[in-house]
Amino acid sequence: MITFAEIKRSVLVSLWFMFLTFPIMVVRVNPIEEVIEWRWRNLIIIGVGSFAISFVWRYMMERKEAGLKRKEAGGEKPPLVKRIMDRPRLSRSIVGLVVAFVCVFPFLFSTYQVTIMSTALIYVMLGLGLNIVIGLAGLLDLGYVAFYAVGAYSYALLNFHFGVGFWIALPLGGLLGALFGILLGFPVLRLRGDYLAIVTLGFGEIIRLILENWNDFSFGPSGIAGISRPGFFGIDMSLNTATTYVYFVLIGLVILTVFFVNRLQNSRIGRAWIALREDEIACQAMGIDKTRTKLTAFALGATWAGMAGVVFAAKTTFINPASFTFLESAIILSIVVLGGMGSIPGVILGALVLILLPEYLRAFSDYRMILFGGILVLMMVFRPQGLISGVRRVYQFKGNGEKAPNGGSGS
Amino acid sequence: MEYFIELFLGGLTRGSIYALIALGYTMVYGIIELINFAHGEIYMIGAFTALIVASVLTLLGFNELSILVIASLCAVIWAASYGFTIEKLAYKPLRKAPRLSALISAIGMSIFLQNYVLLAQTSDFLPFPALMPEFGFLEPYAHIMSSAEVIIVLTTALVMAALTFLIKFTRLGKAMRATAQDRDMALLSGVNVNRVISFTFIIGSATAAIGGVLIASHIGMINFYIGFIAGIKAFTAAVLGGIGSVPGAVLGGMVLGWTESFATGYVSSDYEDVFAFTLLVLILIFRPEGILGRSTTQKV
Repeated sequence: MITFAEIKRSVLVSLWFMFLTFPIMVVRVNPIEEVIEWRWRNLIIIGVGSFAISFVWRYMMERKEAGLKRKEAGGEKPPLVKRIMDRPRLSRSIVGLVVAFVCVFPFLFSTYQVTIMSTALIYVMLGLGLNIVIGLAGLLDLGYVAFYAVGAYSYALLNFHFGVGFWIALPLGGLLGALFGILLGFPVLRLRGDYLAIVTLGFGEIIRLILENWNDFSFGPSGIAGISRPGFFGIDMSLNTATTYVYFVLIGLVILTVFFVNRLQNSRIGRAWIALREDEIACQAMGIDKTRTKLTAFALGATWAGMAGVVFAAKTTFINPASFTFLESAIILSIVVLGGMGSIPGVILGALVLILLPEYLRAFSDYRMILFGGILVLMMVFRPQGLISGVRRVYQFKGNGEKAPNGGSGS
Repeated sequence: MEYFIELFLGGLTRGSIYALIALGYTMVYGIIELINFAHGEIYMIGAFTALIVASVLTLLGFNELSILVIASLCAVIWAASYGFTIEKLAYKPLRKAPRLSALISAIGMSIFLQNYVLLAQTSDFLPFPALMPEFGFLEPYAHIMSSAEVIIVLTTALVMAALTFLIKFTRLGKAMRATAQDRDMALLSGVNVNRVISFTFIIGSATAAIGGVLIASHIGMINFYIGFIAGIKAFTAAVLGGIGSVPGAVLGGMVLGWTESFATGYVSSDYEDVFAFTLLVLILIFRPEGILGRSTTQKV
């Protein structure tokens, strides 16, 4: 199975990586005390590791190519979601199980677990919001966290100055997010995809820098503390109940988001987004207003970020600019990419995996960000459609020019 | 007036650094139309390699000049190797994929490399030795421009001249221009496109490493995060000058350097980065093809 030539190639690869990582991985200098630490063990780990990984890499490449060929031949399996949805009894029982688990979760587990779950649910919202922008409309927004910050700060400031409650701030935060989305989107959406990525990245940084430096407005790096938790008809709640309450509020919001995104996806505008993502010029030729369609995607994505921001501020009761760095945008992007761009169950799974796993595998928490970076690259190279690929309506020509409508092949 | 000259020269130094990093961006973009987000990280890795090699050599008792030469050489070699490897791993499999995929892969690579250095080395700022020599004859002018700054500006001019020569007058340069114009056609005419792309990455990464060594020894501090902001600013410079154009990258770097220098000097230093980003947004809205770039129509 494994030939000599392959082994030779892998040995070369491992030698190359040993050379490549030598200065950074092996030598560690401490210029102040003038000591040098030689970590030869790392060299061996890199050598053996890259030797093994090169085999896996090659195997995955072969599999990917075989998959592409199969796809061209039309013999591709429909995506998992589609297969489950085709069997109503199975899908109904899965939904039932999930609903039951979600309902009893806060009563079975500790407050700490519920808090973590709430955090993950905020990311589900953010992921679904970004999914509109990236997954459906195909616009790479790297400054998504800016709208999240807008939402969080609008609630924090309104609450601080005017005592505005959570339930009023929630739609307001969403509206403000949308407003900022339109404000930013209007000038930049004419740009091509990669410029858009950089401009949104710059915009995200500008918002953070303003929040950090404009002390009179945002209280600077020290942030705003003592934000009110969500109220429930003015009933006083203990910390435990409040956590559970926030959890259920989030569950409600997530269901609302899923409902909206799902309806959007199958609407006229949703189809326009997907068409725009696939081919801008063809899309314009079909009479779709490019700027307006993109702007709607941007604004709707920003709305969800704004609302998630309000919930975040209410949940943690303290916010400062450090919560809204580029890394946050990168995490949300990883969620969407890992789960599957344009796929709702995918994004939910992606958020749960990426937020919950590092919490439970504390030993790996240092490796969190390197993992996110690696996931982005590996997913793009080997599985661009994500863990659970979205269901797309595709009509295929089969056989001798006979048109056979095929309900849902993968994208 | 003196303050103005000081700011002007400060902007020139700053701009030269941006230009050096922007050259790599512009070359890669010119050839495969990809914003290589990991480029800033290559610059950071170059600086780290130089720091590590210089520290080791200092302890071994080498003299200053040989430390400077060997450290810069190692920085260039390793940065070029990283550039080459990144292209092979993260971009080459995605040549035929949608552009969004390659862009996401580039962002992932950037995050990966940042955290790789963070984990393998340290998150603290490390003091970087002053590698650059002091010229005696510049002593009287030291208050307006140090010899380090003179070296930075001169190196940038030299690198730009060398690159222009490479692209305009060599066989490889011709192959690069052909690949940039039409990859399939170049392939048909017998250009080894894969090798040309690899070379572009190697050259771009090497210039980034030169920039890394220069700025690190000028500022005297490095950490794993320096590549991120430098990368964005260099990209701004590249876009400003017209992405894909070598003189444009240098001009863009200078304009950006002066903008920042004057804005922080006369307005406020808190918003240093905001000025750069605002400039970027304005340029992209009003003249997306940049100062020296030619506008292209999108083809079907």
